[in-house]
Amino acid sequence: MELISSLLVQVMQMTLVLLAAPLLTGFVRKVKARLQRRRGPSVIQPYRDLLRLLKKEAVVAENASWIFRAAPYLVFAATWVAAALVPTFAKGLLFSWSADLIAIIALLGSARFFLALAGMDIGTAFGGIGSSREMMIASLAEPAMLLIVFTMALVAHSTQLSDVADLLSSPNVGLRVSLGLAAIALIIVAIAENGRIPVDNPATHLELTMVHEAMVLEYSGRHLAMIELAASVKLLLYISLIGCIFVPWTLTEPGASVASYLAGFGLYLAKLAVFGFLLAVFETMIAKMRVFRLPDFVGTALMLGLLGTLLLFVSRSL
Amino acid sequence: MGHGLTFDVAHLLGGGLVLVSFLMITQHRLYALLNAFALQAVLLALSVAWQASVQHAPHLYITALIALVFKAIIVPVGLHRIIQRLGIHREIETVIGSGTTMLAGMGLVALSMTVMLKVTPTADPLAREDLAFALSVVLLGLLMMVTRRNAVSQVVGFMSLENGLVFAGTGARGMPLVVEISVAFSVLIAFFVIGVFLFRIRERFDTVDIEALDRFRGERR
Amino acid sequence: MNVVAFLLLCIAAFLGVAVLAVVTSHRRASTRIVYGATLLLSGMAAVAAFSALTGYAAAAKLVLPLGLPWIGAHFRIDALAAFFLTVVNLGGAAASLYAIGYGAHEEEPHRVLPFFPAFLAGMNLVVLADDAYSFLLAWEFMSLTSWALVMAHHHAPENRRAGYVYLVMASLGSLALLLAFGLLAGPDGGYAFETIRGSTRPPLTAAIILILVLVGAGSKAGLVPLHAWLPLAHPAAPSHVSALMSGVMTKVAVYAFIRIVFDLAGVLPWWSGMLLLAFGGVSAVLGVLQALVQDDTKRLLAYSTIENIGIIFIGLGLALAFRTNGMNAAAALAMTAALLHVFNHSLFKSLLFFGAGAVLTATGERSMDRLGGLIHRMPVTSFLFLIGCMAISALPPLNGFVSEWLTFQAILLSPDMVQWALKIIVPAIGGLLALAAALAGATFVKAFGITFLGRPRSDQAATAMEVDRFSLSAMALLGALCLAAGLLPGFIIDALAPVTQQFVGGAIPSQATLPWLSIEPSAVSGSSYNGLLVFLFITMSALMAVWAIHRFASRALRRAPPWDCGFPDPSPITQYSGSSFAQPIRRVFLAGTFATGETVSMPAPGDMRPARFTLTLSDPVWERLYEPVAGVVSFAALHLNKLQFLTIRSYLSLVFLALVSLLLVLAIWS
Repeated sequence: MELISSLLVQVMQMTLVLLAAPLLTGFVRKVKARLQRRRGPSVIQPYRDLLRLLKKEAVVAENASWIFRAAPYLVFAATWVAAALVPTFAKGLLFSWSADLIAIIALLGSARFFLALAGMDIGTAFGGIGSSREMMIASLAEPAMLLIVFTMALVAHSTQLSDVADLLSSPNVGLRVSLGLAAIALIIVAIAENGRIPVDNPATHLELTMVHEAMVLEYSGRHLAMIELAASVKLLLYISLIGCIFVPWTLTEPGASVASYLAGFGLYLAKLAVFGFLLAVFETMIAKMRVFRLPDFVGTALMLGLLGTLLLFVSRSL
Repeated sequence: MGHGLTFDVAHLLGGGLVLVSFLMITQHRLYALLNAFALQAVLLALSVAWQASVQHAPHLYITALIALVFKAIIVPVGLHRIIQRLGIHREIETVIGSGTTMLAGMGLVALSMTVMLKVTPTADPLAREDLAFALSVVLLGLLMMVTRRNAVSQVVGFMSLENGLVFAGTGARGMPLVVEISVAFSVLIAFFVIGVFLFRIRERFDTVDIEALDRFRGERR
Repeated sequence: MNVVAFLLLCIAAFLGVAVLAVVTSHRRASTRIVYGATLLLSGMAAVAAFSALTGYAAAAKLVLPLGLPWIGAHFRIDALAAFFLTVVNLGGAAASLYAIGYGAHEEEPHRVLPFFPAFLAGMNLVVLADDAYSFLLAWEFMSLTSWALVMAHHHAPENRRAGYVYLVMASLGSLALLLAFGLLAGPDGGYAFETIRGSTRPPLTAAIILILVLVGAGSKAGLVPLHAWLPLAHPAAPSHVSALMSGVMTKVAVYAFIRIVFDLAGVLPWWSGMLLLAFGGVSAVLGVLQALVQDDTKRLLAYSTIENIGIIFIGLGLALAFRTNGMNAAAALAMTAALLHVFNHSLFKSLLFFGAGAVLTATGERSMDRLGGLIHRMPVTSFLFLIGCMAISALPPLNGFVSEWLTFQAILLSPDMVQWALKIIVPAIGGLLALAAALAGATFVKAFGITFLGRPRSDQAATAMEVDRFSLSAMALLGALCLAAGLLPGFIIDALAPVTQQFVGGAIPSQATLPWLSIEPSAVSGSSYNGLLVFLFITMSALMAVWAIHRFASRALRRAPPWDCGFPDPSPITQYSGSSFAQPIRRVFLAGTFATGETVSMPAPGDMRPARFTLTLSDPVWERLYEPVAGVVSFAALHLNKLQFLTIRSYLSLVFLALVSLLLVLAIWS
């Protein structure tokens, strides 16, 4: 019985991240538009875009290899699997033990690896510039993320996300500077990894400063749809991650009643809305940075992560 | 852990001090530097006030007040004016890059923690972490004085170093008020003296870049 | 038959093949015969060693009446030796298989064929040796045969330079090891490892031994700052030998390090773990940074070896630190991580060198900036090279990730150590490790993307042909092993249990009994990872997406010219090159250091000359460490040279003086 319920939660979660991700993207776009005193497209516009792209024929460059055609599916699959392992509304996912937080980050690394290769496959200058910059940002963001994981894991004595969430929702975690630093660092990493302003502009298409859009410039049709969906899922994943680690109280315990699952579900949607709103406000307030100012920005996350880990040693119980 | 909240708040404020020190060593603009310094002073005042209430030591409230009035208001406002009058609100010339400075800062924090935690194994955990934080702040202040060429930021570095000393003094339960006040006044006097000097340097060399002084002494031939 | 005797017979057979190769190397068919024989021998030795590891009960020994008369030659195989013999002979077998095809392109086979089996014999002997004399002899034999292989293409001046530098560094390493063994044996001269193990020595001596071994084995393994010979020498050899040197010989050096430090040296001071951690962390980051900016694929791979050796040494440092703190389970985890990375790195580094060799055969080019688009011409090689790139970049579900994940798990146990310095430095080292892993990702996106993707940048690249079947099957074997070790790491971890049991007195809980073949290295943390499931999930969701889209949405596909924002440029030179790919990271991490220098010569307006951008790469270790040392050495050589032209009487008096001073030392000392 327990197995069936956790399997059910797992399947629901996988469907949920897939269905909710475009909605989140649409919501952030809508809020941004309203903040800029535009009307903006409808919240469900991303779904329409995806459907439209899926139905079109895919145009592929003449010299594209199999990597170019396989990458969208691999990127999507890796991102989806990673997102399926982050608790969104309930703990006790059936397969949560198959990958801990480090493995989830590494899965996203696999997705990025293939996307960067796909960017270089056609042999255009734009693809190369995107891949190269993406790897530069990742080379700072990934260690920062791992240092954040260290901070969490040294407190929780485990890198399993459910254990971390358990500990952080318990009263004996207290106020720790390290956790605050980790939170700030995680937000910076999330912004960098998702290519949001000030690191990258998800709305632009013809600027030399673009990163993610330059990599996927040659994509069209269903391939582009997969990549866009993967990008939405990744944004959702990071918001769920922040929510799961720093606002863990709303997660439903395994084996709870249907009503509490529903409550957890509603609270999760509320979390998404709040974080999405904050993201939109932040992006509206700030300007895009020059590419070579980025190392300072993302490097701050790296330093905060390290400082957070160091300061753990003067906090209690460690 | 007997003293849950007491410890947590003290820890939070102390960690905040170190963090603001980091902010200071990575700032490129003088105004931002001054704001960060003011923030540090406010944090220091809060932290001292918290110690005062925890330790039931009313004289520490005076220390907190001094920190708030002098360091969070008078000194930053004064320096602000100096910068304005000198017209040097441009970017600071650092001697080494910000990444390297940050790394060095990290190393210093790690060092001070190792040293402090190692030599005080039996002390009260609150005093222990206070001392570790304080030493970090002192070292970071020194680092700032070493890595900056601008005289104003050197002054700020010096003041931040002094913040670390005050923090150590209050955490260690026993710095007499007299000492505290005299330290505060000496800092204030130092501030005036340095302020006057700044104008002097500026009159003579047309810059507050202290490299100019080296050239004058004939060190850089 | 005793497994030691069997392995010694294999070694003897290797030497026999070497002799045979000297005789027959001018014949066309001898390439296949020699490599076929080494394939067979390495395969048998690998099976024997592996079965000795899995069915490990107790160490097997053999003493032969060779070598120094009062010692004899001792040989022994314990769990550690069995593991490393497996790694050595697996790598040897793969390289032999590859060379059956690749060796046919060799222009001067008589410079390679005799030394290749001898090199394999040397590496096997080092691991089998159980007394200092045989060990050093085998070590020197291994160094010299590999030196001969480095010098195989001696017509190129840079190869001669590489050979010279290698020889100097190898001598330095041997000297350090010689001194270390001298200290280990003590005044009584007990050179058998068993005697050394039984004796005790003060901590200070143990610390000096540690430093000597760091120099001796570390220089062979490629630890920064003793690494500078490695990126010169490894690429200079033929590719299958490069694979052996990078993938296997560095592991023999790691073996020597473990054998001496963990087994023979006895109790070490607590800071020795920290020393290893610092060297490992610095090697990992500097190695991968240098790898990233390289243009020559083989040199890139050699620098990446330095990175991976750094990762291994981080694991070993953790194991040592945990062991001095009496945390046996944690030490076992760290040591398992290091050993697993030894195994993994030998697989994927050999695979990558084979791929680089295949590209070299097909195009004759080593410079990445003259390649490109090879995925269309060499589909199988490119696929297998991609597997190697993913594995070395520590991407799940391949094997590189597992060992780095285990290292991270070991790092997370560090707060329980006693020493504050260790507690604080270990997470920072973890940060370095994470940085190295992320940079490795960028490095291998570059290595694969520039070489195999895009458009061909030269005619050679445009007309390349897929390589022969032997080379491909060797690469396929290693690629399959990489995948298997990534999906089912539990079996290898369990096989390593006797090794950790022997050296750190603990072992990881058995993994084979866990449900779904996942791995859970520590009962304390409960962190787990399951490569098999992750692989299945990714495959299933990708296939599901493909199926659903092709079934319900659209499957139409149209080939068209590239879009490139509306301005496609037909010239392949406008593509991103290797150095432009690395430029952002170079600017972030290496800006202002003397490792890279950029000069832009921009002609004045009106001048018709093209603007030129020159990038110079240098290894800071050269200027700071090697050149002064080389200066001292040549100065000494110049003056010692005078000794060769003395009269007989002066020689005699020198000998006499030496004798008297030795006697004096003896008189004062004892």
